[in-house]
Amino acid sequence: MAQEEAERRKVQVDAVHLDLGALSGVVKEALLFSYGVACDGTLLEGSRLVVTDVPIEVFCSVCKVPRTLKSMQWFCCPECGAATSEILHGKELVITALELKQ
Amino acid sequence: MTTEPRLLAVRKNVLKQNDVLARALRDRFRAQGTSVISLVSSPGTGKTALLERTLTLLKENYRVAALVGDLATENDALRLARSGVPVKQITTGTICHLEAAMVERALEEWSIGPLDLLFIENVGNLVCPASYDLGEDLRLVLLSVTEGEDKPLKYPTIFNSADAAVITKCDLAVAVDFDEVTALANIQAVRPGMPAFLVSSKTGQGLSNYLQFLTATLHAKLHVPADEASSHAEIHSGTSR
Repeated sequence: MAQEEAERRKVQVDAVHLDLGALSGVVKEALLFSYGVACDGTLLEGSRLVVTDVPIEVFCSVCKVPRTLKSMQWFCCPECGAATSEILHGKELVITALELKQ
Repeated sequence: MTTEPRLLAVRKNVLKQNDVLARALRDRFRAQGTSVISLVSSPGTGKTALLERTLTLLKENYRVAALVGDLATENDALRLARSGVPVKQITTGTICHLEAAMVERALEEWSIGPLDLLFIENVGNLVCPASYDLGEDLRLVLLSVTEGEDKPLKYPTIFNSADAAVITKCDLAVAVDFDEVTALANIQAVRPGMPAFLVSSKTGQGLSNYLQFLTATLHAKLHVPADEASSHAEIHSGTSR
Protein backbone atom coordinates (compact mmCIF):
# COMPACT_ATOMS: atom_id res chain seq x y z
CA MET A 1 0.00 0.00 0.00
CA ALA A 2 2.86 2.35 0.88
CA GLN A 3 4.59 1.25 -2.30
CA GLU A 4 1.56 2.14 -4.45
CA GLU A 5 1.48 5.52 -2.78
CA ALA A 6 5.20 6.07 -3.41
CA GLU A 7 4.79 5.09 -7.06
CA ARG A 8 1.76 7.28 -7.55
CA ARG A 9 3.45 10.32 -6.03
CA LYS A 10 6.80 9.55 -7.69
CA VAL A 11 8.79 9.91 -4.48
CA GLN A 12 11.72 8.07 -2.94
CA VAL A 13 10.88 6.81 0.51
CA ASP A 14 13.27 6.71 3.43
CA ALA A 15 10.73 5.48 5.97
CA VAL A 16 7.11 4.47 6.27
CA HIS A 17 5.30 5.70 9.37
CA LEU A 18 2.57 3.51 10.81
CA ASP A 19 0.15 3.85 13.73
CA LEU A 20 -0.33 0.55 15.53
CA GLY A 21 -3.13 0.22 18.07
CA ALA A 22 -2.81 -2.03 21.09
CA LEU A 23 -6.06 -3.73 20.03
CA SER A 24 -5.12 -4.11 16.36
CA GLY A 25 -4.23 -7.76 16.82
CA VAL A 26 -0.89 -7.17 15.13
CA VAL A 27 2.44 -7.71 16.85
CA LYS A 28 4.97 -4.95 16.35
CA GLU A 29 7.99 -7.26 16.30
CA ALA A 30 6.41 -9.51 13.66
CA LEU A 31 5.57 -6.48 11.57
CA LEU A 32 9.10 -5.10 11.76
CA PHE A 33 10.56 -8.51 10.96
CA SER A 34 8.41 -9.04 7.89
CA TYR A 35 8.70 -5.46 6.64
CA GLY A 36 12.24 -5.88 5.33
CA VAL A 37 11.38 -9.13 3.58
CA ALA A 38 8.26 -7.66 2.01
CA CYS A 39 10.17 -4.62 0.73
CA ASP A 40 12.96 -6.56 -0.98
CA GLY A 41 12.99 -5.89 -4.70
CA THR A 42 10.44 -3.08 -4.45
CA LEU A 43 10.61 0.72 -4.43
CA LEU A 44 10.71 0.54 -0.67
CA GLU A 45 13.81 -1.65 -0.45
CA GLY A 46 16.11 -0.35 2.25
CA SER A 47 13.45 1.86 3.82
CA ARG A 48 12.59 1.79 7.52
CA LEU A 49 9.26 1.13 9.19
CA VAL A 50 8.61 3.60 11.99
CA VAL A 51 5.88 2.27 14.27
CA THR A 52 3.98 4.54 16.66
CA ASP A 53 2.15 2.61 19.37
CA VAL A 54 -1.40 3.81 19.94
CA PRO A 55 -2.75 3.06 23.42
CA ILE A 56 -6.38 2.12 24.02
CA GLU A 57 -8.55 5.16 24.57
CA VAL A 58 -12.14 4.70 25.71
CA PHE A 59 -14.98 7.08 26.36
CA CYS A 60 -16.03 7.03 30.01
CA SER A 61 -19.79 7.49 30.11
CA VAL A 62 -19.63 8.62 33.76
CA CYS A 63 -16.81 11.20 33.49
CA LYS A 64 -17.97 12.11 29.93
CA VAL A 65 -14.39 12.34 28.70
CA PRO A 66 -11.96 10.13 26.77
CA ARG A 67 -9.61 8.15 28.99
CA THR A 68 -6.52 6.13 28.19
CA LEU A 69 -6.59 2.60 29.59
CA LYS A 70 -3.75 1.45 31.78
CA SER A 71 -4.28 -2.20 30.94
CA MET A 72 -6.00 -4.03 28.14
CA GLN A 73 -7.14 -6.58 30.71
CA TRP A 74 -9.29 -4.03 32.47
CA PHE A 75 -11.77 -2.02 30.42
CA CYS A 76 -12.62 0.44 33.15
CA CYS A 77 -12.13 4.16 33.51
CA PRO A 78 -8.79 4.70 35.31
CA GLU A 79 -10.30 7.64 37.23
CA CYS A 80 -13.78 6.57 38.31
CA GLY A 81 -13.62 2.81 37.70
CA ALA A 82 -16.76 2.64 35.55
CA ALA A 83 -16.79 -0.19 33.04
CA THR A 84 -16.75 0.90 29.43
CA SER A 85 -16.75 -0.75 26.03
CA GLU A 86 -16.78 2.37 23.91
CA ILE A 87 -13.41 2.33 22.18
CA LEU A 88 -12.17 5.53 20.58
CA HIS A 89 -8.63 4.50 19.71
CA GLY A 90 -6.47 1.40 19.82
CA LYS A 91 -7.60 -0.57 16.77
CA GLU A 92 -5.42 1.36 14.33
CA LEU A 93 -3.29 -0.30 11.69
CA VAL A 94 -2.79 2.78 9.59
CA ILE A 95 -0.01 4.11 7.38
CA THR A 96 0.22 7.75 8.42
CA ALA A 97 3.13 9.19 6.45
CA LEU A 98 5.94 8.56 4.02
CA GLU A 99 9.29 10.02 5.04
CA LEU A 100 11.07 11.13 1.88
CA LYS A 101 14.74 10.81 0.99
CA GLN A 102 16.57 14.12 1.33
CA MET B 1 23.65 20.43 10.01
CA THR B 2 20.66 18.12 10.24
CA THR B 3 17.53 18.88 8.35
CA GLU B 4 14.01 18.06 9.38
CA PRO B 5 12.75 14.89 7.72
CA ARG B 6 10.35 15.56 4.88
CA LEU B 7 7.10 13.88 5.76
CA LEU B 8 4.38 13.26 3.25
CA ALA B 9 1.11 12.74 5.08
CA VAL B 10 -0.96 9.80 3.91
CA ARG B 11 -3.67 7.99 5.79
CA LYS B 12 -4.18 4.45 4.62
CA ASN B 13 -5.85 1.74 6.65
CA VAL B 14 -3.82 -1.40 6.01
CA LEU B 15 -6.88 -3.64 6.35
CA LYS B 16 -9.06 -1.36 4.26
CA GLN B 17 -9.46 -3.88 1.47
CA ASN B 18 -10.86 -6.44 3.90
CA ASP B 19 -13.08 -3.87 5.60
CA VAL B 20 -14.53 -2.69 2.29
CA LEU B 21 -15.31 -6.27 1.24
CA ALA B 22 -16.78 -7.05 4.65
CA ARG B 23 -19.04 -4.03 4.41
CA ALA B 24 -20.24 -5.14 0.99
CA LEU B 25 -20.98 -8.59 2.39
CA ARG B 26 -22.85 -7.05 5.30
CA ASP B 27 -24.98 -4.97 2.91
CA ARG B 28 -25.70 -8.03 0.80
CA PHE B 29 -26.71 -10.12 3.82
CA ARG B 30 -28.94 -7.32 5.06
CA ALA B 31 -30.68 -7.07 1.70
CA GLN B 32 -31.25 -10.83 1.77
CA GLY B 33 -32.51 -10.80 5.36
CA THR B 34 -29.76 -13.20 6.42
CA SER B 35 -28.21 -12.99 9.87
CA VAL B 36 -24.56 -13.97 9.94
CA ILE B 37 -22.96 -15.40 13.05
CA SER B 38 -19.26 -16.23 13.29
CA LEU B 39 -17.55 -18.45 15.84
CA VAL B 40 -13.98 -17.98 17.02
CA SER B 41 -11.98 -19.87 19.63
CA SER B 42 -8.74 -21.72 20.14
CA PRO B 43 -8.47 -25.15 18.52
CA GLY B 44 -10.35 -27.83 20.45
CA THR B 45 -12.80 -25.58 22.30
CA GLY B 46 -15.76 -27.24 20.63
CA LYS B 47 -16.81 -24.86 17.85
CA THR B 48 -17.78 -27.71 15.56
CA ALA B 49 -19.62 -29.64 18.28
CA LEU B 50 -21.59 -26.54 19.27
CA LEU B 51 -22.31 -25.69 15.66
CA GLU B 52 -23.47 -29.22 14.84
CA ARG B 53 -25.90 -29.03 17.74
CA THR B 54 -26.96 -25.49 16.80
CA LEU B 55 -27.66 -26.35 13.16
CA THR B 56 -29.63 -29.46 14.10
CA LEU B 57 -31.80 -27.51 16.54
CA LEU B 58 -32.37 -24.47 14.32
CA LYS B 59 -33.08 -26.24 11.04
CA GLU B 60 -36.60 -27.15 12.17
CA ASN B 61 -37.70 -23.52 12.10
CA TYR B 62 -35.07 -21.63 10.13
CA ARG B 63 -33.19 -21.89 6.85
CA VAL B 64 -29.61 -22.34 8.08
CA ALA B 65 -26.23 -23.11 6.54
CA ALA B 66 -22.59 -23.06 7.60
CA LEU B 67 -19.21 -22.11 6.20
CA VAL B 68 -16.31 -23.68 8.02
CA GLY B 69 -12.68 -22.63 7.86
CA ASP B 70 -9.73 -24.92 8.50
CA LEU B 71 -6.09 -25.02 7.52
CA ALA B 72 -6.49 -28.52 6.10
CA THR B 73 -8.97 -31.42 5.89
CA GLU B 74 -12.70 -31.39 5.36
CA ASN B 75 -13.33 -33.21 8.64
CA ASP B 76 -15.32 -30.40 10.21
CA ALA B 77 -17.51 -29.94 7.15
CA LEU B 78 -18.21 -33.66 7.12
CA ARG B 79 -19.15 -33.55 10.81
CA LEU B 80 -21.40 -30.55 10.30
CA ALA B 81 -23.02 -32.10 7.24
CA ARG B 82 -24.46 -34.75 9.58
CA SER B 83 -26.86 -32.06 10.76
CA GLY B 84 -28.46 -32.22 7.31
CA VAL B 85 -28.02 -28.53 6.44
CA PRO B 86 -25.86 -27.12 3.60
CA VAL B 87 -22.22 -26.88 4.69
CA LYS B 88 -19.18 -25.64 2.80
CA GLN B 89 -15.55 -25.98 3.78
CA ILE B 90 -13.05 -23.17 3.24
CA THR B 91 -9.56 -24.64 3.31
CA THR B 92 -7.11 -21.86 4.04
CA GLY B 93 -3.85 -23.76 3.51
CA THR B 94 -1.37 -22.04 5.78
CA ILE B 95 -3.47 -18.98 6.60
CA CYS B 96 -4.50 -18.97 10.25
CA HIS B 97 -7.75 -17.00 9.90
CA LEU B 98 -10.63 -16.34 7.51
CA GLU B 99 -10.82 -13.10 5.53
CA ALA B 100 -13.83 -11.42 3.92
CA ALA B 101 -12.53 -12.33 0.44
CA MET B 102 -12.58 -16.04 1.35
CA VAL B 103 -16.19 -15.77 2.50
CA GLU B 104 -17.14 -13.93 -0.68
CA ARG B 105 -15.44 -16.53 -2.88
CA ALA B 106 -17.09 -19.40 -1.01
CA LEU B 107 -20.51 -17.80 -1.47
CA GLU B 108 -19.89 -17.33 -5.19
CA GLU B 109 -19.09 -21.00 -5.68
CA TRP B 110 -22.01 -22.11 -3.55
CA SER B 111 -25.47 -22.26 -4.97
CA ILE B 112 -27.81 -22.19 -2.00
CA GLY B 113 -31.17 -20.53 -1.70
CA PRO B 114 -32.11 -17.72 0.68
CA LEU B 115 -31.05 -18.18 4.29
CA ASP B 116 -32.23 -16.94 7.66
CA LEU B 117 -28.98 -17.69 9.43
CA LEU B 118 -25.52 -18.28 8.06
CA PHE B 119 -22.86 -19.53 10.47
CA ILE B 120 -19.15 -19.04 9.81
CA GLU B 121 -16.76 -21.18 11.83
CA ASN B 122 -13.36 -19.51 11.83
CA VAL B 123 -10.03 -21.31 11.95
CA GLY B 124 -9.14 -22.28 15.52
CA ASN B 125 -7.02 -19.32 16.61
CA LEU B 126 -7.47 -16.61 19.24
CA VAL B 127 -5.12 -14.09 17.65
CA CYS B 128 -5.42 -13.29 13.93
CA PRO B 129 -9.21 -13.65 13.45
CA ALA B 130 -9.61 -10.59 15.70
CA SER B 131 -8.37 -8.28 12.94
CA TYR B 132 -10.60 -9.50 10.11
CA ASP B 133 -14.19 -8.39 9.78
CA LEU B 134 -16.16 -11.06 7.89
CA GLY B 135 -19.36 -9.07 7.51
CA GLU B 136 -20.96 -10.91 10.41
CA ASP B 137 -23.73 -9.49 12.61
CA LEU B 138 -22.60 -11.36 15.64
CA ARG B 139 -19.22 -12.69 16.61
CA LEU B 140 -19.24 -15.43 19.22
CA VAL B 141 -16.04 -16.18 21.11
CA LEU B 142 -15.92 -19.60 22.72
CA LEU B 143 -13.87 -20.81 25.63
CA SER B 144 -14.13 -24.23 27.19
CA VAL B 145 -14.03 -24.98 30.91
CA THR B 146 -10.87 -27.03 30.33
CA GLU B 147 -8.91 -24.04 29.03
CA GLY B 148 -8.77 -22.05 32.24
CA GLU B 149 -10.67 -19.03 33.48
CA ASP B 150 -8.01 -16.54 32.41
CA LYS B 151 -8.32 -17.02 28.64
CA PRO B 152 -10.08 -13.63 28.25
CA LEU B 153 -7.19 -11.88 30.03
CA LYS B 154 -4.61 -13.66 27.88
CA TYR B 155 -6.40 -12.87 24.61
CA PRO B 156 -8.17 -9.57 25.30
CA THR B 157 -8.18 -8.46 21.66
CA ILE B 158 -10.33 -11.31 20.38
CA PHE B 159 -12.64 -11.18 23.39
CA ASN B 160 -12.99 -7.47 22.93
CA SER B 161 -13.88 -7.87 19.26
CA ALA B 162 -16.68 -10.34 20.04
CA ASP B 163 -20.37 -9.67 20.75
CA ALA B 164 -21.05 -12.64 23.02
CA ALA B 165 -19.06 -15.31 24.84
CA VAL B 166 -19.99 -18.98 25.05
CA ILE B 167 -18.40 -21.15 27.72
CA THR B 168 -18.42 -24.72 26.39
CA LYS B 169 -17.99 -28.22 27.86
CA CYS B 170 -19.82 -27.24 31.04
CA ASP B 171 -20.52 -30.93 31.68
CA LEU B 172 -16.80 -31.14 32.60
CA ALA B 173 -16.82 -28.08 34.87
CA VAL B 174 -16.78 -30.01 38.15
CA ALA B 175 -14.11 -32.45 36.98
CA VAL B 176 -11.69 -29.62 36.14
CA ASP B 177 -12.59 -27.35 39.10
CA PHE B 178 -13.81 -24.65 36.74
CA ASP B 179 -14.35 -21.35 38.54
CA GLU B 180 -17.40 -19.91 36.78
CA VAL B 181 -17.48 -16.66 38.75
CA THR B 182 -13.86 -15.81 37.88
CA ALA B 183 -14.34 -16.73 34.22
CA LEU B 184 -17.40 -14.50 33.90
CA ALA B 185 -15.61 -11.66 35.74
CA ASN B 186 -12.65 -11.95 33.35
CA ILE B 187 -14.96 -11.73 30.34
CA GLN B 188 -16.53 -8.60 31.80
CA ALA B 189 -13.09 -7.12 32.54
CA VAL B 190 -12.04 -7.16 28.89
CA ARG B 191 -15.48 -6.52 27.38
CA PRO B 192 -17.90 -4.91 29.84
CA GLY B 193 -21.54 -5.74 29.18
CA MET B 194 -20.90 -8.70 26.88
CA PRO B 195 -23.48 -11.47 27.31
CA ALA B 196 -22.07 -14.88 28.22
CA PHE B 197 -23.68 -18.31 27.97
CA LEU B 198 -22.69 -21.50 29.77
CA VAL B 199 -23.42 -24.53 27.63
CA SER B 200 -22.68 -28.17 27.04
CA SER B 201 -23.04 -29.38 23.46
CA LYS B 202 -22.97 -32.92 24.81
CA THR B 203 -25.76 -32.72 27.38
CA GLY B 204 -27.66 -29.77 25.90
CA GLN B 205 -27.25 -27.72 29.10
CA GLY B 206 -27.79 -23.98 28.53
CA LEU B 207 -28.49 -24.30 24.82
CA SER B 208 -32.01 -22.87 24.91
CA ASN B 209 -30.89 -19.47 26.24
CA TYR B 210 -28.07 -19.38 23.74
CA LEU B 211 -30.35 -20.25 20.81
CA GLN B 212 -32.87 -17.67 21.90
CA PHE B 213 -30.11 -15.07 21.81
CA LEU B 214 -29.12 -16.08 18.26
CA THR B 215 -32.64 -15.98 16.88
CA ALA B 216 -33.31 -12.67 18.65
CA THR B 217 -30.44 -11.24 16.59
CA LEU B 218 -32.15 -12.36 13.42
CA HIS B 219 -35.49 -10.89 14.45
CA ALA B 220 -33.86 -7.64 15.54
CA LYS B 221 -32.15 -7.40 12.16
CA LEU B 222 -35.36 -7.95 10.26
CA HIS B 223 -37.18 -5.25 12.18
CA VAL B 224 -34.51 -2.63 12.69
CA PRO B 225 -34.22 0.12 10.04
CA ALA B 226 -31.14 -0.23 7.85
CA ASP B 227 -29.35 2.87 9.14
CA GLU B 228 -29.55 1.65 12.74
CA ALA B 229 -28.42 -1.81 11.70
CA SER B 230 -25.39 -0.34 10.00
CA SER B 231 -24.28 1.52 13.12
CA HIS B 232 -24.14 -1.82 14.91
CA ALA B 233 -22.31 -3.36 12.01
CA GLU B 234 -19.60 -0.72 12.28
CA ILE B 235 -18.44 -2.23 15.57
CA HIS B 236 -16.20 -4.71 13.77
CA SER B 237 -14.81 -2.39 11.18
CA GLY B 238 -12.30 -0.78 13.51
CA THR B 239 -10.49 2.23 12.18
CA SER B 240 -11.82 2.10 8.65
CA ARG B 241 -14.51 4.68 9.27
